[in-house]
Amino acid sequence: MPSLELNGVSKKFGATPVLDRVSLTVEQREFIAFLGPSGSGKSTLLRIIAGLEFADSGEVWLDGRRIDLLPPGERGIAMVFQSYALYPHMTARENMAFGLRNAKLASAEIDRRVTDAANVLEIAPLLDRKPNQMSGGQRQRIAIGRALVKLPKLFLLDEPLSNLDAALRLRTRVELAQLKQRVDAPVIMVTHDQAEAMTLADRIVVMNDCQIQQVGRPMEIYSRPANTFVAQFVGSPAMTLLPVHLAEGGEFATVKLGDGSTVQTRVPRAIVPAGELRLGVRPESARVAEASATTKAKVELVERLGERSLVYGRLGDGLPITAEDSAYSSVAIGDEVPIAIDGSAAHLFGADGVGYHRAAQ
Amino acid sequence: MTSQRNWRGLLFAAPFLALYAVILIFPLLRGLWLSLYQVDLFGAGHFVGFGNYARLAHDPVFGTSLVNTFEVTLMIVPALTVISLLLALALNRTGGGAAFLRGIFFASAVLSVTIVTLVWRFMLAPDAGLLGETWKALGWEPLPFLSDVHLALPALAITTIWWSVGFPMLLFLAGLQQVPQDMYEAAALDNASRWTTFWKITLPSIRRTMILVVMLQTAAQLQLFGQSQLLTAGGPSGASRTAVLFLYESAFGRWELGYASAAAEVLFLIILAVTLTQYWATGPAGGAQHER
Repeated sequence: MPSLELNGVSKKFGATPVLDRVSLTVEQREFIAFLGPSGSGKSTLLRIIAGLEFADSGEVWLDGRRIDLLPPGERGIAMVFQSYALYPHMTARENMAFGLRNAKLASAEIDRRVTDAANVLEIAPLLDRKPNQMSGGQRQRIAIGRALVKLPKLFLLDEPLSNLDAALRLRTRVELAQLKQRVDAPVIMVTHDQAEAMTLADRIVVMNDCQIQQVGRPMEIYSRPANTFVAQFVGSPAMTLLPVHLAEGGEFATVKLGDGSTVQTRVPRAIVPAGELRLGVRPESARVAEASATTKAKVELVERLGERSLVYGRLGDGLPITAEDSAYSSVAIGDEVPIAIDGSAAHLFGADGVGYHRAAQ
Repeated sequence: MTSQRNWRGLLFAAPFLALYAVILIFPLLRGLWLSLYQVDLFGAGHFVGFGNYARLAHDPVFGTSLVNTFEVTLMIVPALTVISLLLALALNRTGGGAAFLRGIFFASAVLSVTIVTLVWRFMLAPDAGLLGETWKALGWEPLPFLSDVHLALPALAITTIWWSVGFPMLLFLAGLQQVPQDMYEAAALDNASRWTTFWKITLPSIRRTMILVVMLQTAAQLQLFGQSQLLTAGGPSGASRTAVLFLYESAFGRWELGYASAAAEVLFLIILAVTLTQYWATGPAGGAQHER
């Protein structure tokens, strides 16, 4: 039985649609990331699940119980807020115990749960401090602790890492991954950071334009993007998209670029639709190389990342392309360099933006 | 350079400092000096040391006026705090209706004490007032608010509460709007009832505003004067004479400027002591505020 089920959830703020018939199924113990740009509706969807917003239509089911008409406190859901939303006048211990007291739990049970959570999160020494006596990272642990002690049926994390500095963010990411191993309930995290989503999530839900664009495992999202939005939003720097024409014949689609060069893809020709097509190439599949060069580009910028260099250039017909070169690249701005596009890793997108990929391995 | 800068800084503050010295510091010291003399409006007067203070200590009228002042302050401050908080809680929402009502409840604060007491004379008069008529309509004997020894102070309190409710309400509204919304959301997820949310989240969050309101109102009501003078003239038989009315009568009724100054100094010390006690009793004022 799925743990969480969303059926056709729609929401408008005034005349502005925010969510349009969103449906999703989350399994027991799954870690789900809602990934999307700001305004994609991901936070609103999380808040609807939590009960902090109400959907205009659609249903939310949790463990076989319809919850979308229940008040937030009766849904069996715990949430870690982006700003942590700790109660400033209460100690960490009181913060964690507050929900349990409201649920009328015995005080021995409350103590036991708070102590357990404090040990797991290594926050025992902080329990008698107030939030303004703690660092950002410590406050976040308390906020996570406050969610843990409730033993909820579902964890919601709203941008959990966005308020932390880079070093702490990495450490917390590891800790969240460990946390996921400990809890029985599924976890849903909202983020706009794809690296966070890729490292933590079992499945990523990519959202844009009030709708779910794709649901899949991280590598599936990366290697088989459902459409041009997912293709360009996931992966950094973004995938290059080039308008192409389909050439005749062959088991796999061969396409012609605007400058006349051809790329042999591994996308089965049979699935490629007629009409307008775009070729999708990730930077790592377009290398600066003399051997087996496909096309040429005029270099506009070289970005040295240490372990590799990124070359931003323009093809003969003026279209931008991002390619990769070795760390000690000798390419300079203004050079015309040969580019070898690895057709076996390329993607095709139809006029409607839908992606076509090589057969799954 | 440094001394020159200090000098220039002082120039900027000079207009205020001059005004402050003339209308606050000088009268304060002058009052202190006057309180040691037996002096009327004309003539030089003569030095009596602490004579005025000794006389005050044995003056039953002054004693009664102090007791009256404390009583009316105790009637006003808690009720005023609670009522203005309840109004703020009820009107802390967006929408035209709430904005209109906020305006209405604040409106009384802009009236002068003369108008307020005039209005409440009509309200409280037993034979023709609104309260009296209401009492009669209910079949009860109208209460003689302004002529009963036990009802004069409550009448002052009611009038004052009606008059002063706007400003504390405004302070509470400002305080309530400082409480981050996500704390209420966290409380909702923590299954807190409305009652629990109010006691455990809202009230501690506006603790500083509450302290401010109580301190300001206490200091203000200990100086209650206009209502007492205009509504009851301190009567009947001194039952509603406040400390400031006493010193006004001493100074400008009997022209005992030294004696009135001594009474003013005593009241000043009392207000100072009460305010400082409240300040210390409530602990570090920043304790309950959120830092995010």
